[in-house]
Amino acid sequence: MAYGRGAAAVRAIDEVTLDIARGEFIAVVGPSGCGKSSLMRLISGLHPPASGTLTVEGKPVAGPLKSVGMAFQNSNLLPWRNAIENVLLPLEIVEPYRSNFDRPRFAEKAKDLLHAVGLAGFTEKHPWELSGGMQQRTSICRALIHEPEMLLLDEPFGALDAFTREELWCVLRDLQKARKVTVMLVTHDLREAVFLADTVYVMSSRPGRIVRRCAVPLARPRELEVTYTQPFQDIVHELRSLIGQKH
Amino acid sequence: MEQRELAIRVGSPALFTIVVFVAWEIACKAFNVPLAILPAPSEVFGALWQYRKPILDNSWVTLWTTLAGFGIATAFGLALGIAIGWHRAIYAGVYPVLIGFNSVPKVAVVPVLILWFGLGEIPAILTAFLISFFPIVVNVATGLATTEPELEDVLRALGASKFDVMRKVGIPRSLPYFFGSLKVAITLAFVGAVVSETVGSNKGIGKLMLDAQAAFQVPIVFAGLIVLAVLGIALYAATAVIEARFTGWAFRGQANR
Repeated sequence: MAYGRGAAAVRAIDEVTLDIARGEFIAVVGPSGCGKSSLMRLISGLHPPASGTLTVEGKPVAGPLKSVGMAFQNSNLLPWRNAIENVLLPLEIVEPYRSNFDRPRFAEKAKDLLHAVGLAGFTEKHPWELSGGMQQRTSICRALIHEPEMLLLDEPFGALDAFTREELWCVLRDLQKARKVTVMLVTHDLREAVFLADTVYVMSSRPGRIVRRCAVPLARPRELEVTYTQPFQDIVHELRSLIGQKH
Repeated sequence: MEQRELAIRVGSPALFTIVVFVAWEIACKAFNVPLAILPAPSEVFGALWQYRKPILDNSWVTLWTTLAGFGIATAFGLALGIAIGWHRAIYAGVYPVLIGFNSVPKVAVVPVLILWFGLGEIPAILTAFLISFFPIVVNVATGLATTEPELEDVLRALGASKFDVMRKVGIPRSLPYFFGSLKVAITLAFVGAVVSETVGSNKGIGKLMLDAQAAFQVPIVFAGLIVLAVLGIALYAATAVIEARFTGWAFRGQANR
């Protein structure tokens, strides 16, 4: 699959097949520029492939998929809306919520979700009144509010400090457990990938392709303590060696 | 703290204004400046009071023609700005024409307007409109053009149409630009109305000043200038208040003292 146009087109991603089961949490890791984000933008339908085809559940992807929720490295909250109003945004766009927009009921739903990620008391705040971690929590709530089948996360914790990041790993872990949503997480943090995912895919760069599919054998749900155990370290170490290597 | 803030915001401009008028008065008296060149403020305010009836009548005409022209400019500027920001092709096609149009001094258009519509309020309204819509168009289009693609992505990932993206992101995002441009536009509309009255009209502050000048009643000319300045400040302040009311989120730096 190529990305870009004409002479500037880069063969970004070679044949990539991801088998994702419903409710599975997968992580895609790889060196920067390997096409992780491109892959995600292609799957979401944000970018049509310049060549090649992309199928999800056997059907070719033509435009943005309605059944996905996305969150990016930047929270991309709308500054003129407070937390609840930001979370409500997808419901104003996506059917069937759009046609029967029931504000009080939906606001309640948004509030519940914000409470679930630890933002009780901040629901009426505007983005600039929230810390980076809080903005990212809000952004994840926004990605989930319309109950998508799949959550696409593009380095959502990349801009956060280490402690906030680990806190949000746990938030994401609990959310995924409670809602049984399928998650695809793109990251370059191997600990993050191993801590959260059932399956980790390692990509190589130019052209991007999957060099390894690694099922994480650690029992779930995992506590942060797990990250300091030997089996965890071994998996991270193994993945790290794959990324350093030339293929 | 609050009181001090108030004293600075209201007290210092008032004090400065008084100082300017006192200095002007003293200068006129000290250098014995002839009335026909520069009347002292006492004479200007005397004239203002003495001729308050015609001045008020004519101010009213200038005010409503300005507001009418400004109103049309706002509606038209907003619509054209959105159209230009909507698509690159519309932008490319319309923008050069707009720049050309804006380069024509509007004083030169007034005779044409008078030819078409006769003496009266309509040329003044149209001049106010023609001179003031340009900044609105440019600002709205700029606001739309500079919308962060990431914000649009959030909506596009949900399958939103171009219209949705415009309504939920583009337009709210460009509102601070729009209201910012209104402050410029209202001042320009005012200039347009007065210019038109000065070139040819039967009413308005511009016309009044022209007549006073012909009769060498210099204090009335200056009284007219004072009225124009006061009206200008009032109109500017009104749009600034509206701006702060609608786009507080864009000025959070100052709001969260």
